[in-house]
Amino acid sequence: MSITAKNLPKEEYFYGHKACAGCGGSLAVRNALKVLGKNAVAVLPAGCMSAVGFNFPQLCFSNNAIISTFAGTASMLTGVEAGLRAKGLTDFTAVGFAGDGGTADIGIQALSGAIDRGDNILYICYDNEAYMNTGIQKSGLTPFGAKTTTTPAGQNIRGNIRPKKNMFEIAAAHDITYAATATVGYMTDFLNKVEKASKIQGTKYIHVIAPCPTGWGVPVSDTVEIAREIVDCGLWYLAEYENGKFTLNRDPEHFTDVSAYLKKQGRFKHLTDADIKLITESRDEKWRRIRNSWVCDG
Amino acid sequence: MAKKFLSGDEAFAEGVRLARPEVISAYPITPQTIVVERLSEMVENGSLRSEFIHVESEHSALSCAIGASAVGARAFTATSSQGLLYMAECLSYASGGRFPIVMMNANRSTALPWNIYGDQRDSISQLDCGWIQAYAENAQESLDLALMSYYIAEHEAVSTPFMVNLDGFILTHTYETVDVPSQEQADAYLPPYETENKLDLQHPRNLAFSAGPEHNYIFKYKAHAAMLRAKSVVAEAEQRFAKVFGRCYTGLLESYRIEDADYILITLGSIAGLCREAADSLRQKGHKVGVVRLRYLRPFPSEELAEAVKQARAVGVLEKDISFGNEGTVFTNVNSALLQAGISIPSYNFIGGLGGRNISREDVTDIFERIESGTERVQFIGVEVDDK
Repeated sequence: MSITAKNLPKEEYFYGHKACAGCGGSLAVRNALKVLGKNAVAVLPAGCMSAVGFNFPQLCFSNNAIISTFAGTASMLTGVEAGLRAKGLTDFTAVGFAGDGGTADIGIQALSGAIDRGDNILYICYDNEAYMNTGIQKSGLTPFGAKTTTTPAGQNIRGNIRPKKNMFEIAAAHDITYAATATVGYMTDFLNKVEKASKIQGTKYIHVIAPCPTGWGVPVSDTVEIAREIVDCGLWYLAEYENGKFTLNRDPEHFTDVSAYLKKQGRFKHLTDADIKLITESRDEKWRRIRNSWVCDG
Repeated sequence: MAKKFLSGDEAFAEGVRLARPEVISAYPITPQTIVVERLSEMVENGSLRSEFIHVESEHSALSCAIGASAVGARAFTATSSQGLLYMAECLSYASGGRFPIVMMNANRSTALPWNIYGDQRDSISQLDCGWIQAYAENAQESLDLALMSYYIAEHEAVSTPFMVNLDGFILTHTYETVDVPSQEQADAYLPPYETENKLDLQHPRNLAFSAGPEHNYIFKYKAHAAMLRAKSVVAEAEQRFAKVFGRCYTGLLESYRIEDADYILITLGSIAGLCREAADSLRQKGHKVGVVRLRYLRPFPSEELAEAVKQARAVGVLEKDISFGNEGTVFTNVNSALLQAGISIPSYNFIGGLGGRNISREDVTDIFERIESGTERVQFIGVEVDDK
């Protein structure tokens, strides 16, 4: 039975924390834990979710949870999983929740090692597209054109000049057991992928877009809407990798306006028509490649 | 008990096997590599049941061990030099979380210049990271420390990670005859690891959390207090060891011919044997000299050391370490211990063996003579360069 808003468990495992209003990351963690249940053993590196959830003596996870080093989400997950297994336990899910910097930059080596070993862990990257905990600095997953506090938009350089790293396909290139993309804007899609991943033996990677209103420059009430729009306008896509095969879960006939998506965010306010044209062209190129080589089931 | 001809690395691996770690995270680095090679063979041939994880770096080696320890599993890893420095972030993490991991470190010089040979600058640079630090002299002590380290680290009064140091090559690669205890003996010595400081499916916990200034300070105090308690637990571990295995150790330090010694050389690690031989020769010529080998640098044996040298006229410290711009760090620690005990005697620091440079019997004899006659306070032995 697939997960819907109606049958999503009522239990809360992540509450009483200090996340900002409208935080997409906390939404992803809270709901993923509802799916995984009380035997989820969560590893979270230094970053937003650990900063807001683990302030002794106010500890906000009612399941087992531990902070790892910034670079060590995947390696600690490996140890947790191996340790519990060595203790003869089987009914648990070792799950990591790391941000974009913790995943694509400082943590990519440990993640690559874990996938290479085929460790039985679920790694969820909540991607808010910059180092938000330290105050909006560019990460390897910051998109082209975005203004951050280390990629200022001025006369000479207009924000971040590099595209996002493609973590989903990097994970897939390891021939990982299961990888998927998602967004908190399409929550049931995300949660069903979490559910599916939790039942698969091997390494699982889910990359979920989780907007940060503070960093993106959108109203706190718009998190879910903007997280939908990123997919609707084609700058993100919902897909899976399994058994050596890419599957596109949603193949829109028409994209919504990229310009409209960008213009409503403070971080993209400075972009010129030429910049937006460049972004649109690169979107179209990406989709050409997806539609040519991936299975489309949406 | 069986006699085997083993190198220091191999002896340590035998000790680890007997301790039955549930998770081993392994990453190669010279001169530690033989340890993880032997352990992988033991897992392969079934003499050791353990989750053997091929991590992709030393940072992950210790991060993985922390994860395993955090669910209550007995964890082991090993490293050396650059690897120790690469995992340095995780050292404080393990001690702050009070995870009683045991790690062997093959003492090796740190780059630059690159060098694979032995000195102690790697581990001594990490004295403040909250780990117990022991220094083995020979292969037998290496094996025995593998067992004792788990007993001490996991003791509920301690719950602190433990780094066992073996001099690179000189100890890690030198073969000696070693008594290898039976598994039954080892099991009689070392109880299974039990703790409440773990992620527990029956009683969920949040671990490795943040703590603001008020609480943070107290957590640090408690870690310090636990390390001090380790002193008496070392004694307990050794008494128990003597009872089960019939081999005796002497606590945080080991003294040699110090009862009537006027001049005492303080050192650590595998060089101690040469120092004792040199002392014997000098004794035959009428020099009243002795040797103290520091077996532990953390907790530091301040009182024990003061007691050992209180009758001496002067002491020297021979160490394979230098804190650039100051002096050898062991020397700093020794002087602090003497000062605290109100002992006011000349003390001299002899820096040697850096990058694996040989320390000869003549060097050690010369050191004793310099302690006796008085010399520069801090000197690199055998260096004639005038850099003034």
